[in-house]
Amino acid sequence: MAIHFHKKPGLVIYFTAGDPDLATTREMALAAIDNGADVIELGVPFSDPLADGPVIQRASERAVAKGTRLIDVLGICKEIRAARAEAGIILFSYLNPVLQMGLEKFAKAAKDAGADGVLLTDMIVEEAGEYLKVMHATGLVPVFLAAPTSPDERLKAIAENSLGFVYAISRVGITGTQTELASDAKGLVERLRKFTTLPIALGFGVSTPEHVRAVGEFADAAVVGSAIVGLIEKTAAAEAPKAVGEFVRRLSGGTENA
Amino acid sequence: MGTTATMVRPAGVATNSAPGRFGAYGGRYVPETLMAALLELDAAYAEAQADPAFHAELDGLLKDYCGRPTPLYFAKRLTETLGGAKIYLKREDLLHTGAHKINNALGQVMLARRMGKKRIIAETGAGQHGVATATVCALFGLECVVYMGEEDMRRQELNVFRMRLLGAEVRGVGSGSATLKDAINEAMRDWVTNVRTTFYILGSALGSHPYPTMVRDFQRVISKEMKRQIVEHEGRMPDAVIACVGGGSNAIGAFYEFIPEQNVALIGVEAGGRGMALGEHAARFAPNGGGVPGVLQGTYSYVLQDAAGQIAATHSVSAGLDYASVGPEHAMLHDSGRATYTSATDDEALEGVKVLSRTEGIIPALESAHAIAEVMKLAPKMGKDKIVIVNVSGRGDKDIGILTREMDLSGDGARKVSGL
Repeated sequence: MAIHFHKKPGLVIYFTAGDPDLATTREMALAAIDNGADVIELGVPFSDPLADGPVIQRASERAVAKGTRLIDVLGICKEIRAARAEAGIILFSYLNPVLQMGLEKFAKAAKDAGADGVLLTDMIVEEAGEYLKVMHATGLVPVFLAAPTSPDERLKAIAENSLGFVYAISRVGITGTQTELASDAKGLVERLRKFTTLPIALGFGVSTPEHVRAVGEFADAAVVGSAIVGLIEKTAAAEAPKAVGEFVRRLSGGTENA
Repeated sequence: MGTTATMVRPAGVATNSAPGRFGAYGGRYVPETLMAALLELDAAYAEAQADPAFHAELDGLLKDYCGRPTPLYFAKRLTETLGGAKIYLKREDLLHTGAHKINNALGQVMLARRMGKKRIIAETGAGQHGVATATVCALFGLECVVYMGEEDMRRQELNVFRMRLLGAEVRGVGSGSATLKDAINEAMRDWVTNVRTTFYILGSALGSHPYPTMVRDFQRVISKEMKRQIVEHEGRMPDAVIACVGGGSNAIGAFYEFIPEQNVALIGVEAGGRGMALGEHAARFAPNGGGVPGVLQGTYSYVLQDAAGQIAATHSVSAGLDYASVGPEHAMLHDSGRATYTSATDDEALEGVKVLSRTEGIIPALESAHAIAEVMKLAPKMGKDKIVIVNVSGRGDKDIGILTREMDLSGDGARKVSGL
């Protein structure tokens, strides 16, 4: 267990945990891993997901309404880890649920659940002093977001404080699918390369096998989120693991063995 | 780090010396995409603050366009009716657009112009900040989009029409509880998408640094004037200043210059709604009300939430106080004890509207009526030599629709010569 991208580009698949339910999230994550996902991002649903577009907002709302809590997400993380030793698992959350659990308690529980790392949407490097200490002490990799609007000095700090990989946001805006990859994306990845040898994963708006292939031309991994969550929304729970597995296999068609 | 320390400043929340900290509170908790814009804003604001020309233009417009200074009015009949402390009203309700909100909207729009931003967005709860923003955008000919919860659009429909009349686009927000919090989420989503061209005029002393500081600075004119005016009237400082607290911009404006005056009690009044069960109120500081420190919408402050960190629904008859968190500077003043925070229920606020209307001929906004409700409890317990200032943050015209539904005045007789 570690963050390792086996293909070019690697494939990171995001789920809003608890949508449609926790057991289905677990099964979908296993199906994604078996069909080519290198890393699973387990999204902790939050009542106020201000960085997310309508698709993930709706999924979060459904999962919160079902009573999905951070502790439940840690529970399925542990189950996924028990079933698939090799896959990377990142916990993806807004800060507040983590603060309410307590950062140290959360980190211990995440480590115990077999997570490799953490990405907090609303945690910027300037505020991250104690967060980083706890991540390092626990042996979890902190992943930070890098944005097209981030000037070079911020990219440097983001790259230096990230472990595992750096998550580059393909464009300004919230999460969501789009028809074409943003022109911002390549420039951002090139700027980041000046500051890090870590793999760079590109997300936001990556939703088709063609996008994944295009991402592979300049980044190390592609993150697919809203396209997965949107597929789940349209699919009956019993069918969702199979549908997700098939979709991830098609996305993997845009990758080559590294 | 022990449990107690964790409550005050949990791991993950940076130190007091970080930018925009009020004790442990405040900070910057935003998606990275916004950081460049926040840093640019911070720099532009610091530059404007140091520029006498900026202040000269702002002060000129506050005077000639907005109508500052607002009066500090001795409420003689209210004082006599309550039978205790002398009550003065700070008349922010007389300001252009009918509330204190324009103090801040004007300051921020001037900053937007300095920064060359042509597109303005804002959120609004009661609609007063939206109207103020639409107004200053009309004044300077800027594009204006206001996000407003659909529930708030329904209950403050007059302000929706005013914003549209002023040339703003009002976008309804149906997610969550369709109130102020959801409008802020949607405004932040717009900002993160259009960050290169757009200036976000945040309406309260909330959100990520530098907003809580900047909004407070634009609102502190309220307490600057109060301080001068009360000395003119009474030759001394007041014993207490009372203001309602939603996000807390009128309250921090009314409190700020009095903070060093240790003998002046500062009292913030939150929305007690229908009672203290979570979801029924917006009293973030109420003991056992469900408010604990957390991060919502960019800042670390008290937040109404459940044990798992999901933000709670809120309720208040007044849209402007109906919010799950509170400005971080209030969180600091609360913890230090420099200010005290209490609450008034929906019914008490409605009674406050009625009493001020009938004793003074002033129909206050439902938000401000929470402060009136507090002075109705407090003044009778104080000696007649004591002096209290209540900040009447806005006027109640916008609330006539709600008041018509909430109050039955038929048979609630016309004034007799001596009574209410």
